[in-house]
Amino acid sequence: MSTIAHTQKRGFAGTVWEYLTTVDHKKIAILYLIAGGLFFLIGGIEAMMIRIQLAVPNNDFVSAGLFNEIITMHGTTMIFLAAMPLLFAFMNAVMPLQIGARDVAFPFINALGFWLFFFGGLFLNLSWFLGGAPDAGWTSYASLSLASEGHGVDFYVLGLQISGFGTLMGGINFLVTIINMRAPGMTYMRMPLFTWTTFVASALILFAFPPLTVGLFMMMFDRMFGSGFFDVAAGGNTIIWEHFFWIFGHPEVYILILPAFGIFSEIFPTFARKRLFGYSSMVFATVLIGFLGFMVWAHHMFTTGLGPIANAIFAVATMAIAVPTGIKIFNWIMTIWGGKITFTVPMLYAVSFIPSFVMGGVTGVMQAAAPADYQFHDSYFIVAHFHYVIVGGVVLALLAGCHFYWPLMFGTMLSERLGKITFALFFTGFHLTFFIQHFLGLMGMPRRVWTFLPGQGLETGNLISSIGAAFMAAGVIIFLINVVNTQVKNVQVGRDPWKDGRTLEWAIPSPAPFYNFKQLPLVRGLDAFWIEKMEGKTEMTPAEPIGDIHMPNNAFAPFLISLGLFIAAFGAMYQVDDKPWAIPVLIIGMAITFGSMLYRSIKDDHGYHIHKEDLLDDADKGGTR
Amino acid sequence: MANLQSNSGDPKVNYEYRRKKSADEMRMQVITFTLMIFFTVLAFAAVGAGFSKWFIIPFVLLLACVQVAFQLYYFMHMSHKGHEAPQLFMWSGIFVAFLTILTFLTIIWW
Repeated sequence: MSTIAHTQKRGFAGTVWEYLTTVDHKKIAILYLIAGGLFFLIGGIEAMMIRIQLAVPNNDFVSAGLFNEIITMHGTTMIFLAAMPLLFAFMNAVMPLQIGARDVAFPFINALGFWLFFFGGLFLNLSWFLGGAPDAGWTSYASLSLASEGHGVDFYVLGLQISGFGTLMGGINFLVTIINMRAPGMTYMRMPLFTWTTFVASALILFAFPPLTVGLFMMMFDRMFGSGFFDVAAGGNTIIWEHFFWIFGHPEVYILILPAFGIFSEIFPTFARKRLFGYSSMVFATVLIGFLGFMVWAHHMFTTGLGPIANAIFAVATMAIAVPTGIKIFNWIMTIWGGKITFTVPMLYAVSFIPSFVMGGVTGVMQAAAPADYQFHDSYFIVAHFHYVIVGGVVLALLAGCHFYWPLMFGTMLSERLGKITFALFFTGFHLTFFIQHFLGLMGMPRRVWTFLPGQGLETGNLISSIGAAFMAAGVIIFLINVVNTQVKNVQVGRDPWKDGRTLEWAIPSPAPFYNFKQLPLVRGLDAFWIEKMEGKTEMTPAEPIGDIHMPNNAFAPFLISLGLFIAAFGAMYQVDDKPWAIPVLIIGMAITFGSMLYRSIKDDHGYHIHKEDLLDDADKGGTR
Repeated sequence: MANLQSNSGDPKVNYEYRRKKSADEMRMQVITFTLMIFFTVLAFAAVGAGFSKWFIIPFVLLLACVQVAFQLYYFMHMSHKGHEAPQLFMWSGIFVAFLTILTFLTIIWW
C-alpha cells in the first residue's frame, strides 16, 4: 500500500469497512466520539424519564420497578459508556499529537479496546429488550443485586466486564505511549497538561480496574455458577463487594475529572493568550490527586459501620484532596488574570466550570465530615453533589472539548452562535436542575425513590428540577443540530483555526495526514508551537530528516475478538436457565475470540512503509498553509 | 535501550571502566546471593528452633520481602538506569494491593 490508496475517495461500504478495521488513533477517536455520544443520548433519555416521573407527586409515568431499572441504567450508562469513552475520544484524538507521536504505542490494542467497550455497552443496553434491565443501582450492592430476579444484573456484570477489559487496555496503551513515544525534546515537564492528566488517569485505570474486574467475577460466580462470596447464608460477606466496588469507584471519578481538568487547562491558556499559570504545581496537583484518590474510597461507606477510627482516617484523607484541587482552581484563575481574553464557546464553558465545580467540591468536603455524612447519606443532597462535580466538571469539559477540538478531529468549526445558545440553555438548566436538589435532600427526600407524596414541601423543588432538566435537553438538541449543520456545510477551516493554538496538535496540517508528522518535531519548551510562533515561524523545527515511515496495517481481528466475547456472554448468562443452546453458544463465542487471537498470533503482519519519495510528493498537498 | 546492557554498550566508553563496572556488578551479585542463602538458612533455623508462631511468621515474611527486593534490584537489574517508570508503577501497584489487603484484614471481618 502507498499513500495513494489513502487519499482515494471511498464509497459508503468502503468507509464502513475502513472504520471497522481501522487502527488509526484519529479514526478510533471518532468511533469513541460517536459511540460515546450515542450512549450519552440514551443515558440522557433515561434522565429525562426520571425527571418526568418526579415532576409531580404520586406520578405514575413509570412503575416502581421500571424506575429502578432506569436509574440503574442512567448511572451505569453515563459513567461507563458515555463520560469515559467521550474522554477516551479526546485522549485518542489529541494526546498522540500533543506529544509528537505518529500513533499510540499499540494501534491494534487501541482498536481492540474500542470494540470491547462498544460490545460491552451494546450487551448492557440490550437488556432493555431481553427481559428487563439491571435494577440494583449503578453501585449494584451485593445483597440487593444477588436477590434481583431475572437477568438484569447478569447483563450489568457481563457487560461491564467486557467493556472494562477495553478500558483497561486503552489505559495501558496511553501509559506506554506517553512513556515511550514523546518527540525529541518533549520531556515530562514539557508535556501539555491534557497529556499529563491522560497519563495520571491512565495510571488510575491501570490500578482501579482490576478490583472492579475481581468484584465482577465474584458477582458473576455468585449469580451464575453457585459460589457464595457475598452470600451471608453461605458464609460470605456482603461488605466485600462494597469495598471492591469503591476501591475501583472512587479512583473512577478521578479518571473522569482529571482529563476534564486537562481539557480546561488547554482552553484557559489558549483563550487568555497566556502561559498556564503555575504549570509545575498543576502537574504536582494532578499527581497528588491521583495518589490520594486511592486512599479515600471508604468515605462512600461511612454509614456501613466501619467504626470511628476507620471513618476518621478516611474523612481526613478525603478532606486533604481539597488542597491539590484548590491549587488547580487558583492556577486557572491566575491564568485568566491579566490575559487578553476572548469568550469563545470553549472559554465560556471553561469560565463557568470554575464556580460550578467549586460548588460541587464544597459539598464534597461537607460530606467528608463523617458525622455530617450520616445526615446526608442516601439523600438528594448526595445526588446534587455528584451531579455538580460530574456535570459541572466532566460534562462541561466534554462540551467544551467538542467545540475546542472539533476543528482538529473533523477540520470544520462548530457554529459559535448555536454553541452559545447551547451553553446558555445547558448551563442554566444544569443549575436549575441540581441546585434545588441540595435543599430537597436537606428536607429529607431520599435518593432512588420512584415517587413522593404531596404536602411534604417537596413539590416545588422537584418541579423546578424537572424544568431545569428540560433546559438541558434543549441545549443538547441544539448541539446536535449544530453538529449536523456543521458537517453538512463542511467548510474546512485549515490549520490552527483558533489562531492561538499553543501545543503541538495545532502545528500539523488540517486535515491531519494519517501519519501525523512527516518529520518528528523538535520540542524546545512548554507550549512548543507557541514558542515557534513567537519567533516568527509558522512551523515546527523538524528533529529528523525525511525518511520512511513505518505504519501498521488495518485489522479486522479486534472486531471479531470483541464480537466473540459478546456472543459468549449470552451463553454464560442463559446457561443459568438450563437452556440447551446456552453452552454451545458460550463455546462458539469463545471459539471466535480465541480463534481470532490465534490468527493474529500466527499471521506475521509487519505493517508497511510509506516511502520517502511519496512523502516528498505530499509536500505541496498537505494542509492549507 | 540503555537498560539492555549491564553497563554501557558503547565501544567508545573506556574498556577499563567497563571492566571495573562489571566487576562491581559481579561482586554485588555474589554478596546478595550469599545473603539470600543465609536468609534461607535463618528461615529454616527459626522454624526448626521452635519459636512462637507470632515470631516465625512475621520474621519469615520479612526475609521473603528482602529477598524479593534483592531479586528485583540485583538479579533483574532494576537498580540500573532506565527503570524509573517500571519502578514507579511496580511500587504503586504494590501499595494499592497492600492497602486492599490491609482493609480486608482490618475492617471487613470484624
